Amino acid sequence: MASSDSTSPARGRPLSPHLQVYRLPLVAVLSITHRATGVANTVGLALLTTWLVALATGPAAYDAVMGHMTAWYGLIALFGWTVSIYYHLSNGIRHLFWDVGYGYELRNAYLSGYAVVASALTLSAVTWFIGFMLLGKA
Amino acid sequence: MSDFSSPLRRARGLGSAQDGTHHWWIQRVTAIALVPLVIWFIMLVVSLGGASYDAATATLSQPLNGILMILLVTGTFYHASLGFQVVLEDYVSHEWGRKLSIIAVNLFCIAGAVACYYSILKIGLGGS
Repeated sequence: MASSDSTSPARGRPLSPHLQVYRLPLVAVLSITHRATGVANTVGLALLTTWLVALATGPAAYDAVMGHMTAWYGLIALFGWTVSIYYHLSNGIRHLFWDVGYGYELRNAYLSGYAVVASALTLSAVTWFIGFMLLGKA
Repeated sequence: MSDFSSPLRRARGLGSAQDGTHHWWIQRVTAIALVPLVIWFIMLVVSLGGASYDAATATLSQPLNGILMILLVTGTFYHASLGFQVVLEDYVSHEWGRKLSIIAVNLFCIAGAVACYYSILKIGLGGS
């Protein structure tokens, strides 16, 4: 709780939990991450659109797009998109349970939060593992 | 909590924004639809990882894959435009900036979805 404000501590008043002086609890971090991954997934839709348009345009366009997508920066973007999709998917299901009234107890909110993080990371790892295995066989 | 609204207003249930729960509801409906569609999409992309042009077009021109892809594109772009609208409503305080950015995102989503539709149909119905 470091404060750069010189007047408030001198008067002995507690600071309100403003963003700069307040460490977000896990559930709050997961909440803003849901929003961030939603925006990232929207940006990722540009990749899907590019891929489909290239496929419809012809072999040359498709090969050019695939060249970028399988380059190191393309793979990083695709892996990030995978994690982002799985996170938003898992946490979205958590939200749907809240929408029908389940899981609001603090303990359960934290448990489901940890489950969402674990599920996003595990599913991403499994997906890319299978992907590279299939590539190896092809 | 006391309710000062008239019976008609309550029956319409549109609230101060005159939109009711429609936005919220459609966001949930598209979310539920996207759960199986996104899982299918990831499986498709993984199976096509590094596939040749011929293999990719052959897979996508199967009717079931084309139909599911159209559904996926519809659900994602719709869900994305709804979600992005809420983000902009929360963070863009300037009224015209907020309205124009929401319109821009909606138009981009429509354009993106139409580009996907066109491509999917072209791949599926041939002529390339």
